[in-house]
Amino acid sequence: MSKDLKEKYGTTGHSWDGIEELNTPMPRWWLWTFYACIFWAVLYTIAFPAWPLITGATPGVLGFSTRGQVAEDIAAVDQANMQINQQLASVELTSIAGDPELNQYAVSAGAAVFKTWCAQCHGSGAAGAVGYPNLLDDDWLWGGDIEAIHTTVTHGIRNDTDPDARYSQMPAFGTDDLLEDAQIDAVVNYVMSLSGEPQDASLVSEGAVVFEENCVSCHMEGGTGDREQGAPNLTDAIWLYGGDYATIKETVEKARFGVMPNWNARLTEAQIRAVAAYVHQLGGGE
Amino acid sequence: MAILDKHKILEKNATLLLACSFAVVTIGGIVEIAPLFYLENTIEEVEGVRPYSPLELTGRDIYIREGCYVCHSQMIRPMRDEVERYGHYSLAAESMYDHPFQWGSKRTGPDLARVGGRYSDEWHVDHLTDPQSVVPESVMPKYGFLSHTLIEGEYVADLMSTHRIVGVPYTDEMIENASADFKVQTDPWGDFDGLMERYPGAQVRNFDGEPGITEMDALIAYLQMLGTLVDFSTFTPDASR
Repeated sequence: MSKDLKEKYGTTGHSWDGIEELNTPMPRWWLWTFYACIFWAVLYTIAFPAWPLITGATPGVLGFSTRGQVAEDIAAVDQANMQINQQLASVELTSIAGDPELNQYAVSAGAAVFKTWCAQCHGSGAAGAVGYPNLLDDDWLWGGDIEAIHTTVTHGIRNDTDPDARYSQMPAFGTDDLLEDAQIDAVVNYVMSLSGEPQDASLVSEGAVVFEENCVSCHMEGGTGDREQGAPNLTDAIWLYGGDYATIKETVEKARFGVMPNWNARLTEAQIRAVAAYVHQLGGGE
Repeated sequence: MAILDKHKILEKNATLLLACSFAVVTIGGIVEIAPLFYLENTIEEVEGVRPYSPLELTGRDIYIREGCYVCHSQMIRPMRDEVERYGHYSLAAESMYDHPFQWGSKRTGPDLARVGGRYSDEWHVDHLTDPQSVVPESVMPKYGFLSHTLIEGEYVADLMSTHRIVGVPYTDEMIENASADFKVQTDPWGDFDGLMERYPGAQVRNFDGEPGITEMDALIAYLQMLGTLVDFSTFTPDASR
């Protein structure tokens, strides 16, 4: 141990086997940083909400609150987009595509809305999944012009939270004993013949009769479907649940009841129009 | 430096050091924790929040059993990006009947605090059975076995009694009717007036679309009510909080 340091600082008095501990003071820079932190903490509790009192805490002279902050952040973005959102929410739906600036805004905003709220069912690329329609093709259950898409997004389909939701219900022909097994077998083969799937040709004519008596009120003569009732076109190769024998049979027996939530409770009118414009321009829009 | 010299007394006396450390921690606790139990902005009451119905509570137990909280939080933080993605930020009152709370600490999957009503029941069945069938990029495991486990709700009254011990205001009437309420919530043709009176806003449906009550029904009943109890069209949070 250096004699100089020992003379300068002294020792703590601890001594083990002749080894002593210098009583070196804290480095100045460290000590002053420590004092500065204490001083900062005092200022902080004056500036921001801190000390608990009887019913509330001291509010702090800056008046900060977490809820106030998030409300401010949201208001700032709303304010920045207000003009174009108002324009989007008030113009004719069909005129959006004709206004390049508005259309660009609607489609980009709509893409963000789609990724957040729609992609979980319709897929991040809008190609859908089994039971959840593909939005890229030109086959639409409830209509593919922008007004129909807008209505579907706003009110949803077969939900019980919006009385204006699109609604229709296919009967469960098997579970509810509306058709005999043989009749179901026949009508499934008839439906498969409509789109040219391999089928048992001997059952088709019998199936046509069953179809005529039970299915045409929604799926129309020849199975071309009816968008007023969300009844799919059965003559094309596009299937929501599947076009093989087993799946069509299951559909006829148990029926299907696809539900889409209404988005008017969660999204603003401008957001709904934006996502409608986005979906409309994906490729299948009419 | 007289005080610092006295500090040596503490340093050299372990029992005294322990006693004084305890005193310091106690003061810290009183200042930082105790006010949370009486300050108005931490015990804000919000209209609409109610204890879980028997079926929802069972679903919540399954949620905990399967460790859903490991990947999913139930806490929308008050930030613009979270509010835009998930909906209104969570209020403390919305988890007041959660024992333990499900705020979580990590999001591998999305936040579920307001998942109720966001997807259809059928989507939940598809997604729980095979998540990748609807969200190909998902890393969530499959929970199809929930559909195969029939449940009767024979223990739900005990579960509710236990929750009552830790402060959930289940009434005797609620506990007496637990088993009946449990069953009727999946039966849209049943007499569910009593259930609706005891648990306003409860959703009555056959959640998984299959006959019988399974763990799938209970879990979906729970998921579909998350974040739906407070009506934000009539409730405006006090901005100063």
